Amino acid sequence: MTPSPELLAASGARSGDAPVPPIPTGGGWRIIGAKELADHLSSVRFLILTAALGLAAVASVAATSGGIREVAQGASGSPAIFLKLFTLGSSNLPALIDWIAVLGPLLGVAFGFDAVNNERTERTLPRLLSGPIWRDDVVNGKFAGALVTIALMLAAVLVVVAGVGVVQLGLVPQPEDILRLLVWYVVAVVYIGFWLALATLCSVLLRRAAFSGMAAAAAWLVTAAFSTFLVGSVADVLAPAPADATFEQQLANATMRQDLSHLFPGNVFSEATQAILDPSVRTTGLVLSTQVDRAVPSVLSFDQSLLVVWPQVVALIALTAICFGLAYVAFMRQEVRA
Amino acid sequence: MGIMAIRTEGLTKRYGAFTAVDGLDLEVRFGEVFGLLGPNGAGKTTTILMLLGLTERSAGTAEVLGLDPARHPLEVKRQVGYLPDEVGFYGDLTGRQNLRFTGRLNRLDRGEAETRIDELLERVGLSEAADKRVDTYSRGMRQRLGLADVLIKGPRIVVLDEPTAAIDPVGVAELLTLIRGLAVDHGVAVMLSSHLLPQVERVCDRVGIFVRGRMVEQGTVAELVARMPAQEVLLEIGVDGDPTATRAALAAVPGVSIHDQDRIDPRIWTVATDGDRRRELVAGLIADGLPVFHVRRVGIELDALYRRYFAQAGEGVADDAVA
Repeated sequence: MTPSPELLAASGARSGDAPVPPIPTGGGWRIIGAKELADHLSSVRFLILTAALGLAAVASVAATSGGIREVAQGASGSPAIFLKLFTLGSSNLPALIDWIAVLGPLLGVAFGFDAVNNERTERTLPRLLSGPIWRDDVVNGKFAGALVTIALMLAAVLVVVAGVGVVQLGLVPQPEDILRLLVWYVVAVVYIGFWLALATLCSVLLRRAAFSGMAAAAAWLVTAAFSTFLVGSVADVLAPAPADATFEQQLANATMRQDLSHLFPGNVFSEATQAILDPSVRTTGLVLSTQVDRAVPSVLSFDQSLLVVWPQVVALIALTAICFGLAYVAFMRQEVRA
Repeated sequence: MGIMAIRTEGLTKRYGAFTAVDGLDLEVRFGEVFGLLGPNGAGKTTTILMLLGLTERSAGTAEVLGLDPARHPLEVKRQVGYLPDEVGFYGDLTGRQNLRFTGRLNRLDRGEAETRIDELLERVGLSEAADKRVDTYSRGMRQRLGLADVLIKGPRIVVLDEPTAAIDPVGVAELLTLIRGLAVDHGVAVMLSSHLLPQVERVCDRVGIFVRGRMVEQGTVAELVARMPAQEVLLEIGVDGDPTATRAALAAVPGVSIHDQDRIDPRIWTVATDGDRRRELVAGLIADGLPVFHVRRVGIELDALYRRYFAQAGEGVADDAVA
């Protein structure tokens, strides 16, 4: 590395009086996001997770096809039969949407748990931040890059499954089916975004990627495995329903359980999924037997279904935004070194 | 001549009760190399981070290119190249890809960036390794890649944090020549921090001795040396004889005190003298029948000065511990 005038010329070094180069004002997150996306798409973890999700999709569709034939024969003109491709499980295998409810958090955690702490252990953060970008560009770009990766992966799986449905089973989607599927897709991405944000938060707070990954995975396990139990115990304390409870007490207990369960994004997502993908679902709330007495079974139009799950959708967006907000603030308050 | 490259007044950074940087006054001009010298933990990196707007200052003012880095971080960071201490790169990308990413962050035109990357990689001697993943690079290679990374944006100010720490002596010499060229031929302001004074003293126009958050001395090397008391000259002497006799003979020369006996080669002694007493020392030893095979003046004057301030800092720490 013999220094020479050419190097200095090549470096573009200017004298003190040279004109100031154009100063970028924003958009740094896009540059970082694009790099993250490129990194993820060529990573081993992307391959593994795509394989896992793809396998789940193929298996569940294969298992579902028999069930769909029965449904179709049993009720020709059954509404939204195309969507059954995604919602109908078999005795051995859960439906595709259940797979995604389970694997979605895993995707979020997998693409987020080492987002920031990896920059620290690799010592790239000071160099990155010494570029002409704002500090929040880093956390925004990381989140955006990972979320786009996940969205691409999910879209690919859905398209493949839909294609199998059309070609193999001759199920032709109605425009409304496609609309429902699209809305569900957006909601699913937001839901996975929640876990991605949680994992990003862990990666900001915990310096070791291994700890961060374990913490995020533990949070997912706890909510997945114990949410019913937790909700039940807390509700029984706040609104007790003893064996000889009155109707009002029982109702209060049930309402409390439902309200509390909305604190867990998994429950909110599963309610949203039901109502969006199944037009015969008319409410996600409590239904008393007197209310459905002599009700005529019917299906809801797309906009009516959307109305039913609007609170869930908003809640999911809010949970994701809060979680990402925490990660954002935590990152902004950290020292560059440390 | 217009604005200063870097100017600070009373720059202070506190972490709770701990003051990392205490009232720093600093000026760096275009076309000069300024050495910020001090032991580890003196606050050098904290100072640099404040100058880049990467950490908030607690008090005082800072101007980089006439701009406040806390208010205009992008303008400052676009024109200041920063090589962090133990620079890191994305290990799963190649050297070239890492540089390309930096080019994008700096919004360089794609074609222009590619030409510049090729040139820089060649000049830092990484052309052959350019398309290998960085996690196969040695520390020295990373440091050289770091230098290319700093220069790719065509900076008007270059800030190097411990640039020589990870490289071999030949690499250090090449690096310093390059740094010198940046300042002299291209008017770039260079600020480098180091705890290895002898390595960087040669290229610095001015140095500041930075101890425990305070600038204790600042000026050209000659100015600082002129302020030094005369007695702090260190000599290294190799004597092939009985250690006890040698010790006695050395101590017998007026104005000489024994500083150290080398642990690995006990024939090598380090003595402190008031002024240059090589002649008297050699004459005395020979007169006592002790063969002298090596005499060397250790370090330059600045090294002694640096040693002196660091010794003071050490005592200061001890005082604090007692208090």
